[in-house]
Amino acid sequence: MDKPFAITLDVGSSLVNKTGSWRTERPVYLDLMPPCNDACPAGENIQQWLYQAEDGGYEQAWRQIMLDNPLPAVMGRICYHPCQTACNRGQLDEAVGIHSVERFLGDEAIKRGWTVTVDIPASGQHVLVVGSGPCGLAAAYHLRRLGHEVTVVDAQEQLGGMMRYGIPRYRLPREVLDAEIARIVGMGVHVRTDTRVDDLATTMSEGGFDAAFLAVGAQVGRHTEIPAGDSARIIDALTLLQQASGDGEGPQLGQRVVVYGGGNTAMDAARTARRLGATEAIVVYRRTRDRMPAQPEEVDEALAEGVRMRWLSTIAAAEGQRLTIERMELDGNGFPQPTGEFEELDADTVVLALGQEVALDLLDGLPDVDVSHGVVAVDDNRMTGHAGVFAGGDMTVGDRTATTAIGHGKSAARRIDAWLRGSGSPGGARPALAAYERLNGWYYSDAPATVQHELTTARRVSTFDEVTAGLDEETALFEARRCLSCGNCFGCDNCYGVCPDNAVLKLGPTEYAVDLVHCKGCGLCAEECPCGAIEMVPETT
Amino acid sequence: MTTDVKFYQVGSFAVGNRLLSRDLRTVQSEETRANALTCGHRACRGCGEALGARYALDTAIEATKGKLVVVNATGCLEVFTTPYPESAWQVPWLHSLFGNAAAVATGVASALRAQGREDIRVVAQGGDGGTVDIGFACLSGMFERNDDVLYICYDNEGYMNTGVQRSAATPPAARTATTPAVGPEPGNRFGQGKDVPAIAMAHRIPYVATATVADLHDLEAKVRRAMELRGARYLHVLVPCPLGWATESDETIKIARLATQTGLFPVFAAENGDVVDVTPIRHHVPVDPYLEAQGRYAHLFAPSRRADVIARIQAEADRNIVRYDLLGRRGGT
Repeated sequence: MDKPFAITLDVGSSLVNKTGSWRTERPVYLDLMPPCNDACPAGENIQQWLYQAEDGGYEQAWRQIMLDNPLPAVMGRICYHPCQTACNRGQLDEAVGIHSVERFLGDEAIKRGWTVTVDIPASGQHVLVVGSGPCGLAAAYHLRRLGHEVTVVDAQEQLGGMMRYGIPRYRLPREVLDAEIARIVGMGVHVRTDTRVDDLATTMSEGGFDAAFLAVGAQVGRHTEIPAGDSARIIDALTLLQQASGDGEGPQLGQRVVVYGGGNTAMDAARTARRLGATEAIVVYRRTRDRMPAQPEEVDEALAEGVRMRWLSTIAAAEGQRLTIERMELDGNGFPQPTGEFEELDADTVVLALGQEVALDLLDGLPDVDVSHGVVAVDDNRMTGHAGVFAGGDMTVGDRTATTAIGHGKSAARRIDAWLRGSGSPGGARPALAAYERLNGWYYSDAPATVQHELTTARRVSTFDEVTAGLDEETALFEARRCLSCGNCFGCDNCYGVCPDNAVLKLGPTEYAVDLVHCKGCGLCAEECPCGAIEMVPETT
Repeated sequence: MTTDVKFYQVGSFAVGNRLLSRDLRTVQSEETRANALTCGHRACRGCGEALGARYALDTAIEATKGKLVVVNATGCLEVFTTPYPESAWQVPWLHSLFGNAAAVATGVASALRAQGREDIRVVAQGGDGGTVDIGFACLSGMFERNDDVLYICYDNEGYMNTGVQRSAATPPAARTATTPAVGPEPGNRFGQGKDVPAIAMAHRIPYVATATVADLHDLEAKVRRAMELRGARYLHVLVPCPLGWATESDETIKIARLATQTGLFPVFAAENGDVVDVTPIRHHVPVDPYLEAQGRYAHLFAPSRRADVIARIQAEADRNIVRYDLLGRRGGT
């Protein structure tokens, strides 16, 4: 009877009420697939490395990229960034400049001399990689990290493939390419340049290779039947780009250059022609701008440099410096059809940029390797019909971009590793896509993308200086922080803050848990999560 | 209240962020927050009032370094937190009657002053019933005497725990148990109601402000400002009620946000009778999505759309927008 007047019960706490029993749904934290990662042909975990870059963890962010892509500084320049096309922020204001942040991180790595080491014991197995473009280099890098001995063989004098001999210097300065290749070679990759593999079977048996990865690309310029007199000067775009790729003087093209074709190579050829002194570079393409295979920004940059376009035109004949152009029109299916209307156009040189084909002679000794539609056929493990011979990049089916090639190189390396070790095929289930509808847009403030500074047009048409400048640290950080972190928690504390029942626990920065004894399942945490990383899941009982 | 942060991932709208410095984060983002109202209370799922009370009191506790006494009017907030002998409060807390919270708080403040303990601050709190209707005389007296109390009204626009009856804060056309959706003018009548923030301003007390559970940074800044001042202060917080408003339990914050973005609930602060700060509308929307999301307005959309009634509600919102310059058309702050 030591209680105060009129008090009969001890004071209790509400904590004894297990209000969790009211619940019909419980909140579950998710890691969804952000659209950027989903769209990246190299399979980068972009959201993750942007997250790491957001607090200045540049080296950590770079190492995250390097898990998937060994050439961040190169790709931060030449990739056509499908990640940005997919970026959810594009529906809010403007896509995050993922590409420019990647380039910043890649350049930072070169500046600071960050390297990658092989951290697992040697497997004792030796893989031959034929071709040193993005696909071959990526495969060599990943195979090396997986503990294998790797020899890269390339027919050219230097490594890099199309990155060196196809992509103009104003898009990819060679010192950047050299630095990233040197880092891969520095991991202990054996290199043999100036060596063409004519007979793969013999090369493999003589070298004692346990597996081979073929990534020779598509290097043969496609030709078309143009009735041409002897005096007409017609060259192939790849030849032009290769001759202009080094530091020496490029080929003499004359004042007026006509480029035939509408792809990225055509744009590169026309812009290169301008830099080699052509006062006029005219692209002749049989369809319309919206049907051009070239990337829109490549076309924009070419137009800005004074390249002219002739849509709906084909070259019917060439005689001396005189071209006969036939006007085309699109039929109901969008295919160009000849009209029978002709006009004339003068050109000192005609550059053919009509696509590329694969040189398949190295497969002569391997009859069990299937070739269809001009490319090497591979199975889901990127293996050809010949056991232990794998292929990727432009010589197989897929988008012919450097990033796709890097993705092929990575997946091939993992599958070659699995094949060599006799283990199962790698790769797990893909999480669900973090679509824009899952986001709570209210919490993101407006911030436009940082525009990479472009060299003034006047300066860039006369030199091979890099056209697009990089971001400085402050702008790169700003850009990284524009990431919405779609479908992946970034530690905004909303779930912890908005729970009316105090049932979300904050264990530390960015770490939360649900007190299921008290959570009533109202769903406010899921509804107010900016990035859609919480889902309400029905209770089973 | 917007913070000038050069930080664009979530700006200053989310509760916190790992990248924000501590002074730019909310009290609610801290692991060490007081949790004045802790787990196990019996509020409905998604209760706006439980959320608003924790937001406000945790900030007041931080601002006073824990030297705080809370007086509570009768209402949901009292009933769902303290069924005898339990309590969900982790703060010195006192309840007397429905209508006298302001008077009791005045007494607590006087007693503390008599003891020379003016370092201990007093907050009185109640719902709209205990504030706008039943406790109104005591509240006006507290304002007029300028007693050193912060009175917080959690406005859920009705008597909810007794079964959703109309209060003088119930908005026009809303359905409650006592204003059924029948007849040519269904729901609550159109009228002035009692605009308590304006009435409080008319007393020219040191501080009057409105806030919602949808803008935590703003709410916390207003509680902090209130605790910097002495004398009678009044904070009116809009707290949606899933039960009485017939909304989904996960929509509480969204509904409060829509109330501000339509202009129906103006968010501002006034000192000594004059408006000193207005939170502008960020994404202006018509009243329709706000009304449509709530079952208490369902009769405005079915069986046929009552465009005439919706237009009258829209006119209320438009009047607030002009009166408080919620779209920032007049320039200035």
